[in-house]
Amino acid sequence: MERVPVLKIGDILLVSIQIDMEDQVALQLQEDLAERIVATGVGGVIIDISALDIVDSFVGRTLATIASVSRVLDAETVVVGMRPAVAITLVELGLSLPGIRTALNVELGIALLSANRRPEMPDIVGDEDDQAAVPTP
Amino acid sequence: MPLSPDEARRFADLLESHAEPLTARWTELVVASLRGRLSGAELHRQTTDLRRGFQSALSAGAIEVTDGAADELRAQLSELSSNRARQGFTATETAISIYALKEAVLDVIGDGDDALRLYVAFSAFVDRAALFTFDSYVRIRESLIADQAEQLLELSTPVVKLWEGVVAVPLVGTLDSARAQVVMERLLQTLVDTSSPYAIIDITGVPAVDTQVAQHILKTVVAARLMGADCIISGIRPQIAQTIVALGIEFGDIATKASLADALRYVLSRNGNKSSRS
Repeated sequence: MERVPVLKIGDILLVSIQIDMEDQVALQLQEDLAERIVATGVGGVIIDISALDIVDSFVGRTLATIASVSRVLDAETVVVGMRPAVAITLVELGLSLPGIRTALNVELGIALLSANRRPEMPDIVGDEDDQAAVPTP
Repeated sequence: MPLSPDEARRFADLLESHAEPLTARWTELVVASLRGRLSGAELHRQTTDLRRGFQSALSAGAIEVTDGAADELRAQLSELSSNRARQGFTATETAISIYALKEAVLDVIGDGDDALRLYVAFSAFVDRAALFTFDSYVRIRESLIADQAEQLLELSTPVVKLWEGVVAVPLVGTLDSARAQVVMERLLQTLVDTSSPYAIIDITGVPAVDTQVAQHILKTVVAARLMGADCIISGIRPQIAQTIVALGIEFGDIATKASLADALRYVLSRNGNKSSRS
């Protein structure tokens, strides 16, 4: 069975889903992530779904479960890169994925996490945030 | 009473032998009906072509406009309707261009024994040709209207970048399902393309907000949230605010501002807080 790789970058676990999200893959990812969060003690998880054409209700629910599980383990989850077509379909289906935080891309996801996390975040994350920040007039 | 193949051929001969006076009279009638909006020379060319079309269709044995032998004639008639429709002539004016052939034929048909019978049969043929013209005229006008509606849709839903990370959609006109869909798709795509975490939906130009319009706006906001962008609704006029409350529409935790300026100030202040915190 295919598995989704989980990468650790600084205080964040990055999951980029590049394969079709079958139910088994989703469940496996949920287990893997829980183990990695405990093993690494990170403060944030970013799940990139920009390669996904379809997000069905099961995947949606699994994402919500992952978010809840990681919150219990003191890690914030951000789902990033949802395609417009996927968002429209989910809205039409009445699935608004409550409890999941979202961002447009990985960069903004990292910015969102670092804005909410403790100040001892690694430098690399702070730099990313500065670039994404909007200048005030 | 349809033409018999024999009558059709006799008519083809008649159109052939009286070509000159027939075309002249026909052109004269059409020029009068169009009141000088097309030049006589151009109309003369059109009627000459059409007379030739009728003649070749009839001599090939066409007894109905829908016959295979009349293919070329039908193509000519379609082209005529298409030109007239685009030039802004009415359906009647277009059809009269064909009907005038009957009057022109009446002048040259003579008064033989079976002239009346022949004329009535030919008249029916011309009627159907004119009806065909009418049909194509309507079809072309409809496609023109559909094209224009599409262009209007394109025109009326721009997504503009207001600031670094802030896009705005100024909605103008009534928001129906088709337009709401276009607005939603375009807004979401722009959010991805510009990676803007904030979108302002300005409804200053929306004449009325009912439950359906509110539903469309809410769906757009929820979809944008799913993608990780925040939406602010601005440009709510006093009258609209009262309607929204009277209808019991709930915008929930979606930020609403009175003017676009307020919305932009709100977004920038939230952004400022965020960057100063990190």
